[in-house]
Amino acid sequence: MVILLCKRLAQAFLILLGVAAITFVLLYALPADPARMIAGRSATAQTVASIRHELGLDQPLLVQFWTYLTGLLQGDLGRSYAQKTEVWTLIAARLPATLTLMAAGIFVEVVLGITFGTIAAVRRGSFVDRLVMTASFVGVSAPQFVAALLLLYVFAVTLGWFPMSGYGSFAHIVLPALTLGILGAGWYARMVRSAMIEVLNQDYVRTARAKGLSSRRIIFRHALPNAILPIIAMIGIDIGQFMGGVVVVEAVYGWPGIGQLAWQAIQQVDIPIIMGVTLTSALAIVAGNLLADLIAPVIDPRIRTS
Amino acid sequence: MTETKPTGAPVLSVERLSVDARTPEGLKRVLDDISFDLYPGETLCIAGESGSGKSVTSLSIMGLLPKASLKVTSGKIRLGERELTTLSNSQMRHIRGGEIAMIFQEPMTSLNPVMNIGAQLVEAIREHQGSANPEATALEMLEAVQISDPARRLKQFPHELSGGMRQRVMIAMALSCRPKVLIADEPTTALDVTVQAQILELMRKLKAEFGTSIIMITHDMGVVAEMADRVVIMQQGRIVEQGPSVEVFGHPRELYTRQLLAAVPRLGALAGTDGPPRVSKSAIAPAQRGTAPVLHVTDLSVTYGGASGLIFKRKAPPATVDGISFDIMPGETMGLVGESGSGKSTTGKAVLGLIPFSGSVQIEGRDIAGLSQHDMRPFRRSAQMIFQDPYASLDPRMSVGKAVAEPLVIHGIGNASERQDRVAELLRRVGLTPDAATRYPHEFSGGQRQRICIARALALEPKLIVADESVAALDVSVRARVLDLMLELQETMGLAYLFISHDMAVIERMSHKVAVMRGGRIVETGTRRDIFENPREDYTQALMAAVPIPDPTVYRKC
Repeated sequence: MVILLCKRLAQAFLILLGVAAITFVLLYALPADPARMIAGRSATAQTVASIRHELGLDQPLLVQFWTYLTGLLQGDLGRSYAQKTEVWTLIAARLPATLTLMAAGIFVEVVLGITFGTIAAVRRGSFVDRLVMTASFVGVSAPQFVAALLLLYVFAVTLGWFPMSGYGSFAHIVLPALTLGILGAGWYARMVRSAMIEVLNQDYVRTARAKGLSSRRIIFRHALPNAILPIIAMIGIDIGQFMGGVVVVEAVYGWPGIGQLAWQAIQQVDIPIIMGVTLTSALAIVAGNLLADLIAPVIDPRIRTS
Repeated sequence: MTETKPTGAPVLSVERLSVDARTPEGLKRVLDDISFDLYPGETLCIAGESGSGKSVTSLSIMGLLPKASLKVTSGKIRLGERELTTLSNSQMRHIRGGEIAMIFQEPMTSLNPVMNIGAQLVEAIREHQGSANPEATALEMLEAVQISDPARRLKQFPHELSGGMRQRVMIAMALSCRPKVLIADEPTTALDVTVQAQILELMRKLKAEFGTSIIMITHDMGVVAEMADRVVIMQQGRIVEQGPSVEVFGHPRELYTRQLLAAVPRLGALAGTDGPPRVSKSAIAPAQRGTAPVLHVTDLSVTYGGASGLIFKRKAPPATVDGISFDIMPGETMGLVGESGSGKSTTGKAVLGLIPFSGSVQIEGRDIAGLSQHDMRPFRRSAQMIFQDPYASLDPRMSVGKAVAEPLVIHGIGNASERQDRVAELLRRVGLTPDAATRYPHEFSGGQRQRICIARALALEPKLIVADESVAALDVSVRARVLDLMLELQETMGLAYLFISHDMAVIERMSHKVAVMRGGRIVETGTRRDIFENPREDYTQALMAAVPIPDPTVYRKC
């Protein structure tokens, strides 16, 4: 287990290095000039050149990357061009909001997905099954901003149950979390349904029936733990998918997370912030996958012993 | 064993039971008006080939028929005074596991992989008995099934146990609530013969100890002879014949029973002869066989491992093969026999160059070690393979004609119309009609599919065929015909076989020479006559002693 953990941490380091390199090259290949953005439209060529020199943008790409990398290894993400603040300070201030939102989103998709997937599998072929499958199809196909607007209209504008936007209370997080989780919930419902149908046909479920166990015990104790094994690996991968959604959801609901930060930074070609946010989300994805790998053996003894 | 005469009232009676299956073509009768009784303390064997309805019978008794596809249409199932077919699902739950328990064919998959053994046992005990200390009962049961180190097993998970141990756990679980009836559906079919012998012995002992009546479902007439007090022979959903075991085996009344018994290979049936029996009239003389070996194996070793994933190791690495040597002459069959994990299948793959190996493998005098895929091609023409599962080894979306012609296409032999003629001839050769070429695998039975696989293997006119458990998945009567076909092809075409099987009787029927494998080594090798009539090694003797003999009188004597 310790060896596995070390290997995964070494892997994670290489992945982050790769992400840093690729993002860096892509950002500098952009036609937009950060120095020009900072200086403003009316600035002279001289001002722009001096800003460029000040930021080190006139140096060769490799030298710039090396400077960035050495900083990074010392925990320095650089300073924002536009806000003149440490990138890490900016991210740290907004990270809790984003992490809360992601946790709530994962909670929504896992709970909705497993519940409805299980119901559909057990009542396979029934009206409920068809309803769940149709709903999950809609959930999977609806773009996130459409879902967001729909939820806002129904629950915030018409019914007035939840606030339109903002941050702070439990009521504030409900709609953003639903918006973020609804897509995943659709996927999970479908995955859990097919996994459950397969598991319910396994020999050990037949054994459980032959023992005279109640259907509830068969479903929850025997079938479900086996059926959610593949789902756990999915959750790790999902965290990556979520980052895209977070930008949209934070924008729509005015959620003060790193998605908004990234959005502003992209508009201003604020390269250090874009780099910082990209690395942070890469770290989140790596951590999510690692977590999934650590949880799997808790549920599956076959992985534990090998 | 003592003769048990049916005494008193039956524990369980099945009366005129019929079951229909819902199929796309409408209702189809799968059980047709069957009746039998199970008396206290007896073992009743229900024997039959696939599709005979024996498993449907047991699932009907348990009330476990899949509701969507199978339905009891008429008849009664009585447990003592209670009628089971009209019970509600929750009433039936108390019968299941409590009064009628069941064990299944596949011990490997019949236990929940994510629950430990103790939890699975305790759960059954708690469900049916208000036992004060279910954990203690669980431990007692594991002791009763004579599993080694029972206290430790409680905390282990199914994947840490061997097949034999898992079946012991299943039996412990089934008997933990002291059921009146135990239904055992092919309980030893997936196990090695020596393990099978132990499990059958255990079941006999526990039957006496727990006073349980047993319904045993099996296709193996040897197991029937060994276990049954009375026998029910089924065919296509009907009972053909039933009666005391000694009578059914000694004086079968029905034609089907006689055919079934005749098709069962008996160990020692070929005593006093060399080589397999001749089946064709126009055989080529043995002199035409030639003197150079088709396959010459020297010091073959296969080592697995290292390549497995770091995070998800799938299965334990297959058995390694450890320095084995043998020759096969043209027109000769080498029988490779051994239990699971002995390395016999690995050997089969290695001699065809399908897996990396060390040592030397010569096919028709040329060494295939270290050849690239491309350089292996000519050897693939002279050596072909037939697999165990005829259902899985044919592409369901490829017509039979295409499947048989595929080797010809790959090797660029003939044009389209020549290949078509060749396919028709091959299909005729294996006893199918040429119009089979336009049909698809699902339209054929298991035996016919295996014939198609043989036709495909013959397409390139190989000199050597590796047959890995090629008849293990077939019913006895079908198996006998496929074996005859293989013998006939050998006699007329001079084929050499490397015939891999766990079944001693099949090996005896097919082989000129036999090698007994265990733990990756050949423990004994010799002519068939030597091995079967004069086995020197203890292991060979144990293997042979463990094979159930399809004659109940043998067991009555002792």
